[in-house]
Amino acid sequence: MRFIPVVLAALLALALPAHADSPEFYDFDTRAEEQRFRNLIAELRCPKCQNQNIADSNAPISKDMRDQVYLMMQAGATNDEIVGSLVDRFGEFVKYKPPVDRRTIILWAFPAIAVFGGLLIVAGVVLRSRRRGSDEPALSPEEKARVEQMLSDKDPSSRS
Amino acid sequence: MKRLMLFLPLVLALAVGVFLAAGIGNDPTELESARVGKPVPEFSLESLHQPGEMLDQSVFQGEVSLLNVWGEWCPACWDEHEYLMWLANDKGVRIIGLNYKDQRENAFRFLGRLGDPYQTIIFDPRGSLGFDLGVYGAPETFVIDAQGVVRYRHVGVVNERVWEEILLPVVNQARGNS
Repeated sequence: MRFIPVVLAALLALALPAHADSPEFYDFDTRAEEQRFRNLIAELRCPKCQNQNIADSNAPISKDMRDQVYLMMQAGATNDEIVGSLVDRFGEFVKYKPPVDRRTIILWAFPAIAVFGGLLIVAGVVLRSRRRGSDEPALSPEEKARVEQMLSDKDPSSRS
Repeated sequence: MKRLMLFLPLVLALAVGVFLAAGIGNDPTELESARVGKPVPEFSLESLHQPGEMLDQSVFQGEVSLLNVWGEWCPACWDEHEYLMWLANDKGVRIIGLNYKDQRENAFRFLGRLGDPYQTIIFDPRGSLGFDLGVYGAPETFVIDAQGVVRYRHVGVVNERVWEEILLPVVNQARGNS
């Protein structure tokens, strides 16, 4: 079975070109710059294929946007300038992290509202069950007697 | 109080229903254009018909126009073309073409088969003006007023209904203001 490693290597070689559009083809001076590029294209959204970022999308427009990010980085632009230039063209939509403003406040506040609401419900349930538990025993004496009678009765149907 | 709590699921279901119903019919692929209200970006690109003749943003000055982004490679552009012919010939609308990421010979073949409704065609093989306009898929049609300011962007095919209901009111308003 000496050919197995060869087959595996061949399969691996075939698998690699799947990332043909990824940053391997953009040249960076430093690792940090490359990481910055990857972060930027991961948080920008493709306007055409709306549930992908421009790093994952194969749409031509995503390629154009990656090129723009790359060129602006090479020209020394800051992250804000790069994202801003794309927002100027394509709108706030391309940002996966929308800014906090009047239109998006509910979006941003919703997790906190949901957690707070959940806490209120849990607190309500706990308080209620605690109050009930301390006030009255689970069964009244008559109920207790009935339960005991039921349990001692081997055949409940014979009672009637 | 307990009785009222029984209605809680109903109330919740109604609230969610109303919220979701509001989303029906919204096309998520139609994004607001960041360009509306701003001038057409500066550009300098060749004319499709006259290689070497450079066009710039001044082609939009003086009259309200539609800017139609198209390419021979775009199937929906073939579909909408007869409506553009109708707009240009029957309605007298001024249409500027932006030939987007296309090749000259393909573009000419397209126009030769379907007709040419464009007053001028900007040739943008690399899609640079398209990119600056925020074009993310052809066809797209912009309404541009006589000062060269973008008034509206329509993504997708232009047909009679789109013209009557969406574009014409914008065009009329743009004409009224200038």
